[in-house]
This record gives sequence, C-alpha cells and structure tokens, in this order.
Amino acid sequence: MSELRIQAGAAGALAPRAYHLAHEPHPENGTALGFWLYLMSDCLIFAALFATYGVLGRSYAAGPTGAQLFDLTLVAINTAFLLLSSITFGFAMLRKQRGDVKGTLLWLAVTGFFGLCFLGLELYEFAHLIHQGATPQRSAFLSAFFTLVGTHGLHVTFGLIWLVVLMVQIGKHGLIHENKRRLMCLSMFWHFLDVVWIGVFTFVYLMGVL
Amino acid sequence: MSAAQHTAHAGHDHHDDHHGDVGPHSSLREYAIGFVLSVILTAIPFWLVMAKVIADRNTAVLVLGGFAVVQILVHMVYFLHMNGKIEGGWTLLSTIFTVVFVAIAIAGTLWVMFHMNANMMPEHPTSAPAAHEAPGHTTP
Repeated sequence: MSELRIQAGAAGALAPRAYHLAHEPHPENGTALGFWLYLMSDCLIFAALFATYGVLGRSYAAGPTGAQLFDLTLVAINTAFLLLSSITFGFAMLRKQRGDVKGTLLWLAVTGFFGLCFLGLELYEFAHLIHQGATPQRSAFLSAFFTLVGTHGLHVTFGLIWLVVLMVQIGKHGLIHENKRRLMCLSMFWHFLDVVWIGVFTFVYLMGVL
Repeated sequence: MSAAQHTAHAGHDHHDDHHGDVGPHSSLREYAIGFVLSVILTAIPFWLVMAKVIADRNTAVLVLGGFAVVQILVHMVYFLHMNGKIEGGWTLLSTIFTVVFVAIAIAGTLWVMFHMNANMMPEHPTSAPAAHEAPGHTTP
C-alpha cells in the first residue's frame, strides 16, 4: 500500500530519488487525530444545542418548569452509570494492552451493561415526562430539553451498537491491529460522551432545579 | 514531521505495528485517579443542589459551572489522555480551537438573545389600554 518507490522502466536507468518516499509519511497513529477532529465537530453540534437550550430553557409557555419535572435522584443514578461505564471501558483498554482477549470482552460487556442501564433509565424518564404531559411540543423549554438530552442519548445508543459490533469482531479475529485501532476510537467516543454528559447534568438538570 | 523522525520511521517495515499497540498508553493508576476525582466532582454539585446549600442563584450557577469545567478537564487528562505531545500537539491545538469556538458560540448566543423577549407582548399585561381591545377579548 505504501510502496511509492518509483518503478524502474525497461531501461532500469532510474534509481529511486530522494524525494520518492519509500513509505507514506503519515504521522504515528493518524487515526487518533482524525477521530479526535470528528469528536470536536460533534462538540460543535452539542454547543449549538446547549446554546439553544440556554436561550429557550426558561420559556415554559406557562407549562411545567425544570424544578417541577426533574428528579435529581434519577439523574444522579444515571450519572453514576455513565461514570462507571467510563472506568470499566478503561479496564477494557488495560486488558487490551496486555493482549487479554477474554478480559477485554468481559470489561466491554460490563461497559455495555452500564450503557444500557443509562439508556433504559433515560428512556424511563422521557416516558414519565411525556406521560405527565411534558411532551416536546408543550413548550420551547421542553423542545430544547428533549433535543439536547435526546441527541446525547442517541449518541450513547450508537456507541452501544458500535460496542456490540466490536465485541463480535474481537471475538472473531482477536486483538488484531485493526481491532485495537477501533477500540481506541470507541474509547475516545465513549469518554467524550461522558464529558458531554457533565455539561448536561450541570447546565440542564442541576441549574434547572435551582 | 521532522526529517529525523521520518528516517526513524522509515527504518521499520510496518511502523504501525512496531510497538504492538495503538493509541496512548494508559495505566490503572491514571484511570483510578480520574475516577475518584470525577466521583468527588460529581457528588459535590449534586449535594449542593439537592441539599440547597447555596441560597443565591447566581453564586450557585458559578460554583456549579466551575465544578463542571474542572471535571471536564479531569476527564480530558485522565480518561482521554490529553497532553501537548500526542500527535505532535495537533490534538491539543484542535481542542483549544473547539473550546474557543464553543465559548464564542454559547456566550455569544446567550448575550445576543438575552433580551429576546424584551419587546414581545407581555404575558400578563398590567396596564393594557382598554380602548384597543378586540371585541370578545377579556383581560385576565
């Protein structure tokens, strides 16, 4: 793939020149930077949604307010689930470094379990809100709330799908170079979602009930 | 990338594989420190709000925001292994750019939109002129 060495013609007179690199000059682990740039662009999406929530977060349209709706105990449990899933993913990465396939899969499964708990609790919260009549259509505050928190939840959902697919891949092919690279990307994605959640629980939930 | 680095890489046939691992090397110690710090930095804001420790709303917003910023930094350093050296500093540079962009976008939006409702019809008109009232419309 990276053989850029100049093909000598039939005459064979051309020697490789100094400016024809034998290998593509791609930096060490360029995938990490590329994936990081994707995460930063994702960050801009969340910035736009946070800004929208910041503007509309108090437009209740005479409907329910955050203080009336949010159950902080539920949010605290949810935060704990996501934080635990972050450290268990860390354990999976440590197992990966040792080349321990079984250990990696085990900790990935634990991570997936916590992710699923987080998602389940969030869906329960949404269902509860909608049941109370606090639907996204009720007020600008609720529209912004459901869009912001829902987008984060959607990211977690796709992270979980990715996690399951990667577990199948690792189970099938072991900790090959490609799977290690994928694991690194997914770990960045997962920790990034935890970082976004810090913003969500602080600015939406905690400041919402003040 | 410097020329010296490049010759170092060209020495390997598959320089992607030569250290057998991809991405930054992490340690249990790092994750443990990160986890303990995040638990503390999460528990305190929740306690502050749930126990209603700070009475003044503006002070509370500032304190909560401070905790969030510190916790985000902790996650960046201990979970995402952010430092100025990886990828020749480009990761840090792109992050700084994003942080500046996000700060401008959010602060700018809030600043511009702060008076959005100022010239809108008040929800509870206190001194609405009765002469302009439409027929069949009653003042609350």
